[in-house]
Amino acid sequence: MSDMAVSALPGASYAGFVTVAEAGLRGMISLRGDVAAGWMTDAVVAATGCAIPAQRRVERAGDMAVAWMSYDELLILCDYAAAPALAAKLGDLLSGQFATVANVSDARAVFTLTGAQAGDALAKLCPVDFGTLREGDIRRTRAAQVAAAIWVSGPEEMTLVCFRSVGQYMFYLLSRASAPGSEPKLYA
Amino acid sequence: MLLLTCPCCGVTAEETEFAPGGEAHLKRFGPGSSDADYESYMFNRKNPRGVHFERWRHAYGCGKWFLAARCTMTLEVFGTYPAQTVEPPAEIVAAIKAKRPEWEGFA
Repeated sequence: MSDMAVSALPGASYAGFVTVAEAGLRGMISLRGDVAAGWMTDAVVAATGCAIPAQRRVERAGDMAVAWMSYDELLILCDYAAAPALAAKLGDLLSGQFATVANVSDARAVFTLTGAQAGDALAKLCPVDFGTLREGDIRRTRAAQVAAAIWVSGPEEMTLVCFRSVGQYMFYLLSRASAPGSEPKLYA
Repeated sequence: MLLLTCPCCGVTAEETEFAPGGEAHLKRFGPGSSDADYESYMFNRKNPRGVHFERWRHAYGCGKWFLAARCTMTLEVFGTYPAQTVEPPAEIVAAIKAKRPEWEGFA
């Protein structure tokens, strides 16, 4: 791993009716295996301190979060520098089990949308009723033409995760969707 | 617009979040089968005007395959169920029978 790691679009931000900002380097570990299994719970709790999230939920503990991606996939969000060690620790805890651990930090781009109307901006791009999402929910969907995971990470904050290869496209999309004067006023 | 509920992650979304996978409950005819059976398995598909069973994948969501029973004429969805099912489950058949009494059943 290089010492000169840079995020997809360092410092990119746009202030429209919501503020879109590239979140910088974030640690992300993809964990695949039976989410309901006892050994999975033991390993995740031991490594992160987070409980196993319920369907489409995110559990947080300190600076770590565990997101439910499907019944055989969890996404662990952590500090970028801590990700390799955490992945190694999970690998040890899960050795011998039918599970895989991968550090995918450098494969992803993360954007933060801040503002009461974050759902309105995203509603222009995603086939999702943002009125049904509560804080702590995660919804995997598409934003225009690319896959995205949207986590309602705070009362007026949404965190969007996409592939790094489409980071620039996503930033243009989000900026355009939050242009001042184009508020759809669906939810706020 | 076709609205499907993914039985794997519980999300109800419209069809652009899913990828269609063609007819469900196909019986495979592989090596050793007759040419007619093999041809039928490879190429012949039902194309009903009404109740149809289909495979779908939640491509932009959880990524899982599942099966759906729907009406090709009205886009009404009778139900969705796990892909690990060899024939339509009883509750799906009952739901279809309730709304389409004239339906001749799964064959």
